[in-house]
Amino acid sequence: MDQAHAHSPVPGGPVNFYVTEEHEHVHSGAGTMLGFWIYLMSDCLIFAVLFATYGVLGRNYAAGPGPADLFDLSLVALNTSMLLFSSITYGFAMLLMERNRKAATLFWLGVTGLFGLAFLGIELYEFSHLIHAGATPQRSAFLSSFFALVGTHGLHVTFGIIWLVVLMVQVAQRGLVPENKRRLMCLSLFWHFLDVIWIGVFSFVYLIGVLP
Amino acid sequence: MSAQPAPHSGDVHGHGVVHGHGEEAGHGSLKGYVTGFLLSVILTAIPFWLVMGEVIADSRVTAFVIMGFAVVQIVVHMVYFLHMNSRSEGGWTMLALIFTLVIVVITLAGSLWVMYHMNTNMMPMPHDMRSMP
Repeated sequence: MDQAHAHSPVPGGPVNFYVTEEHEHVHSGAGTMLGFWIYLMSDCLIFAVLFATYGVLGRNYAAGPGPADLFDLSLVALNTSMLLFSSITYGFAMLLMERNRKAATLFWLGVTGLFGLAFLGIELYEFSHLIHAGATPQRSAFLSSFFALVGTHGLHVTFGIIWLVVLMVQVAQRGLVPENKRRLMCLSLFWHFLDVIWIGVFSFVYLIGVLP
Repeated sequence: MSAQPAPHSGDVHGHGVVHGHGEEAGHGSLKGYVTGFLLSVILTAIPFWLVMGEVIADSRVTAFVIMGFAVVQIVVHMVYFLHMNSRSEGGWTMLALIFTLVIVVITLAGSLWVMYHMNTNMMPMPHDMRSMP
């Protein structure tokens, strides 16, 4: 694999190997965090466009139901608290990861996953409630843009949970090796980023939506 | 997220990840996380209270206050949870963030501005008149 060259000052003498490509640097994680951050920024642009779409179309009800008829703010508040709790429990996991406490890290990662699942469950309940009430994405431009924006966020949370479970298995099998720490730090950025997006969703879509 | 990843030091494999990401800069502290959490709870509770309790009569004012709280809470999350600062990765994360924010502001403001004026200047159609409140 490594491009190594054998050099010997005298024929038949001791052979010194040196690696011309410094492969270790690829895995050192120095550039990974920056690269992942740039990915998050591109993800941020996706959400910005979806927010803009909702901003433009969010008041076009096509004589159908509007936000005040559909949204249950106490459910949204519960959902918000789930995501906020999952943020701080992930923070606890990161702090314990720093101290190489494998079991405690896994515990808090598990708690984070459960909060994430609770968030998803409440959101799916809300969606099914809306669809049963006839407020499907096809009903109006408002509902199309609403489901596109909130659904994309929910999809991100879903993949975040899958990623979390995969990392928990990896940590359980391999321990808190540098590679797993790097991966956990990437997921940390992703998870907190989703919480940041949710701030925009509950403020811009839900709270401002139900205002008279 | 390290200030100095030390790419050419000999102990990259062992320490580049663990200690290269300075603990206070990369992962925050318990105090930082708890501070961020408490601030977020307050900054979330107030907008919900404003809307659910119908505190301010004027919807426009309430909307502006909600957006103000949202912006403050996003900054709180960035600082306390995402550990943003101008030093991490030699300032490149901050530069990427600023670039993204510029694009986001252009996208949002441009879309809303253009489409608002298009809607207002549109000739009213019969079915639009019917759906008007």
